Amino acid sequence: MSLDEYRKREFKQVGQRVRRPDGVDKVTGRAMYGADATAPGMLVGRILRSPHAHARIRGIDTSAAEALKGVKAVLTGADLPAQEDDFIRDVQDNCMARDKALYDGHAVAAVAAVDAATARAALKLIKVDYEVLPHVTDVDVAIKPGAPVVQKGRSLENVPAGMSENVTSHCEFGHGDPAAGFARADHVVERHFRTAATHQGYIEPHAALASVTSDGKAELWCCTQGQFFVRTLCAAIMGMEASQLRVTASEIGGGFGGKTTVFIEPVALALSRKAGRPVKIVMTRDEVFRATGPTVHTSTDVKIGMTKDGRITAAEAHLRYSGGAFPCGTVDMGAQAAFAAYDLEHVRTYGWNVLTNRPKEAAYRAPGAPQSIYAVESVVDELCQHFGLDPIDVRLKNAARKGTKSSYGPTFPDIGLIATLEAAKKHPHYSAPLQPGQGRGISCGFWFNFGGNSCVSLNINTDGTVGVTEGNPDIGGSRASISLMAAEELGIEYDRVRTIVADTSSLGYNDVTDGSRVTFAVGLATIKAAREAVRVMCGRAAKIWGIDAEAVEWKDGAAVPAGPNAGKFPPMSLAEIAAVSFETGGPIAGHHEVNVDGAGVSFGVHIVDVEVDKETGQTTVLRYTVFQDAGKAVHPSYVEGQMQGGAVQGIGWALNEEYIYGADGRLQNPGFLDYRVPVASDLPMIDTVILEIPNPGHPYGVRGVGETGIVPPLAAISNAVSRSAGIRLSELPMSPPRVLKALGG
Amino acid sequence: MRYLAATTAREAAEALAAEAGVTRVLAGGTDVLVQMKAGLVEPDLVVDIKKIPGIATITPEAGGFRIGAAVANAVLGEHEGVRALWPGVVEGANLIGSTQVQGRCTMAGNLCNASPAGDAAPGLVAANAVARIAGPEGERDCPVADIPAGPGKTTLKKGEVITSILLPARPARASDAYLRFIPRTEMDIAVASAAVSLELDADGTVKAARVVLGAVAPTVVVAEDAGRTLVGTKLDEATLAKMAKACEAVCKPIDDKRGTVAFRTKTAGTLAKRAALIAYARAGGAK
Repeated sequence: MSLDEYRKREFKQVGQRVRRPDGVDKVTGRAMYGADATAPGMLVGRILRSPHAHARIRGIDTSAAEALKGVKAVLTGADLPAQEDDFIRDVQDNCMARDKALYDGHAVAAVAAVDAATARAALKLIKVDYEVLPHVTDVDVAIKPGAPVVQKGRSLENVPAGMSENVTSHCEFGHGDPAAGFARADHVVERHFRTAATHQGYIEPHAALASVTSDGKAELWCCTQGQFFVRTLCAAIMGMEASQLRVTASEIGGGFGGKTTVFIEPVALALSRKAGRPVKIVMTRDEVFRATGPTVHTSTDVKIGMTKDGRITAAEAHLRYSGGAFPCGTVDMGAQAAFAAYDLEHVRTYGWNVLTNRPKEAAYRAPGAPQSIYAVESVVDELCQHFGLDPIDVRLKNAARKGTKSSYGPTFPDIGLIATLEAAKKHPHYSAPLQPGQGRGISCGFWFNFGGNSCVSLNINTDGTVGVTEGNPDIGGSRASISLMAAEELGIEYDRVRTIVADTSSLGYNDVTDGSRVTFAVGLATIKAAREAVRVMCGRAAKIWGIDAEAVEWKDGAAVPAGPNAGKFPPMSLAEIAAVSFETGGPIAGHHEVNVDGAGVSFGVHIVDVEVDKETGQTTVLRYTVFQDAGKAVHPSYVEGQMQGGAVQGIGWALNEEYIYGADGRLQNPGFLDYRVPVASDLPMIDTVILEIPNPGHPYGVRGVGETGIVPPLAAISNAVSRSAGIRLSELPMSPPRVLKALGG
Repeated sequence: MRYLAATTAREAAEALAAEAGVTRVLAGGTDVLVQMKAGLVEPDLVVDIKKIPGIATITPEAGGFRIGAAVANAVLGEHEGVRALWPGVVEGANLIGSTQVQGRCTMAGNLCNASPAGDAAPGLVAANAVARIAGPEGERDCPVADIPAGPGKTTLKKGEVITSILLPARPARASDAYLRFIPRTEMDIAVASAAVSLELDADGTVKAARVVLGAVAPTVVVAEDAGRTLVGTKLDEATLAKMAKACEAVCKPIDDKRGTVAFRTKTAGTLAKRAALIAYARAGGAK
């Protein structure tokens, strides 16, 4: 693990709130999103989806659709190859059902036609012979023996006997002896919690344009968080070599983790191959809700023991997550994250993933953590109320710190939890008076963060400007941050650098934009690519001056002799070296590729004030402050935006957002009218406080900031509701009907 | 699909009557176009009524106002005369959709869409508004209360089009108010709603009251008993509690994704109480 990357330094570029490079294109409508791609002769692709939650597909008659004038290709699961690998097969089967439709909205066939009206008409002509099967959409029902089985034979060996075949995996983390710890507690609270599935709610629906030519090459333009992973999946599904499939990521209108896999991309490719023409598929909002990744929905039991002075003696959690109709590992992350904020002697978490007839889970900002930490932070708060203790003091007393053996195994290096809690405690918000009927809640949050495969090219142009080529779609300001880090390292101004996101044929593999990894990991690769370019530029200066390359160093954007013994030469700036590069050895570039380790974990603390209308059960969020450790905020405005965005999504999750299934197993609210994300007028200004506790694993101390912010709102709001209305809810969302019922209304 | 921009009400009515297939009347289009885009309806004939002379105007009539069927709710909301006379009707109409939708949507359209949760209907019914209807056989007037027949259904006959709505005159010391419950603060559909229209005596005693509930039954519900409860009182707490109970008694809501039976019933009473107090204050009742 690389924990010695960080060097303290004075920053000139990093930390500036510079103009964002995508701003003008986005506000003028010029930015090219997924649906903006076009190609000559392009066909319209449309997908037929199952109206049943669970049904065997006995047969599909596509003959009438194929005979319709203007239809150029019809596709079913039978057109796609059998896959050996479980993971690839699940992705493929989710894109196009094979033997069974596993959830309402599961794709069962697709058409490509000359226009949308013809494509729609063709879908109506496809006859699917369904044998409707019993379905199950609730995790607590699906886990019981005797529940309808979604997929047979998917349980791993570690699943205990006696559970439904829907249980696909089991995990366990922790240390110590919880039973002994509980025995030492003055009070033990054990509670059951449930959280609804929520959708990432990105504004841009999935869109893809595929063009497969007769010589076997293919181009794919799509809206994704990871063009390289799209290539991996699509090449496997299409039986293509990676070199023959070029994937270009569009500008992206939100992802939040939900665009880290494929849904329509292989379908567009397969239709294009069959039709011999380019095919574009754009999802409707209804399709986005029914067939792309929501989160897991969960059922959790948490038990925590505490002494009367606020020391936690033991903690335990049982987590039952359902990632829909396919095996899903998110419960492992929930189980690992649950107690990460605490320094515990006795702690244990157990997790089970359970199949249900719901769409396949896709990642959503800190996947798995908001749900388990909501349950833990609710119980901690109840214990604080029981003993009359200050909730921040209790968390400080038990906080994980440098040297803590975490509840999931590793020992923490420098982390920012205590500093974040102390900042929250001394902030004016925490001591501001409340009116009668108002309540204040707090919660901690945590996310691991990730590094991963990263590959960056940095080119020094002859006019003294710099181009950075990276491979991660920019969903949160990474282009600005990468340019800032390149400018910092090279000693030039930010506006001399332009960063672009390359297609899969232009750069080595980059992991998906996920795990809050890009500013950290791609930033690290950029800094090292810049150092490589600096090494080359020092060499060129040495050549011009006729001295050894080792006798030249880089200072304030220029090559200078390393010391008095090196000789007396005036500094040569980057622009001066670049201008003569063709005479000194050719173009100048730096490159770096690495699988980055050392992503620093990130902690956050949220404070929220709410008021519950006791006659309607409606909760109004009055004031909200986010405290989060960013390691080093490369572009503070973007960092604040991440903190605010996470908080807002968490507020929606806490109060109104949920997947609602009817008794028929169909999704009742596949649209933004009844899937209620907060609108601007629902929210107060989300205040932010950035903490900077440097990550030892990054040259500038950067930690990922994208995900932690969605973790604390769930419990913070529940804790505030408890103090406003005197009721503790244990199920999300805390929608008005549910709150009014709890109030006895 | 055929599109006809009618230039007279009779032309619109005759075209709609003559069409054997599915027809839709287009005013603002904020329901029709959304439903077409979602594939919920594929009309054979769409008749646009916006080109009919006078259909987008507000005209004083007999101390009240005649509101053309194509008057956008944003226009209604800027009309000082209507706002002063029937503020509750206007606030209901102005709650529909977003700012952009307000620029297109109409009260007549909201009525014809016949959602039990339509925000314009309760206020119009509380106001005893009257719709003017053009049909193949000529014109007729019909109380707005008699237009809704159930979710998505109206009592309008084939070929009939609402051309205007008359908000009647009212005495001094009278006003109205509309409140709805939504889980958000805007861009939503009522889970329960209540319109209350009051007339007061010189001393602030309620002389006449009409309480109308939305989203708690297949159509808007006139809560007759609730209205009677208020008459002869100055809206003391006991009266309001009794009125809320009377509202609850006439609720026949459904359990669905937007709310439970219990929640809708309780909330309708709460909203009626709150709306009554607002209407009372607007009518000049001291509270």
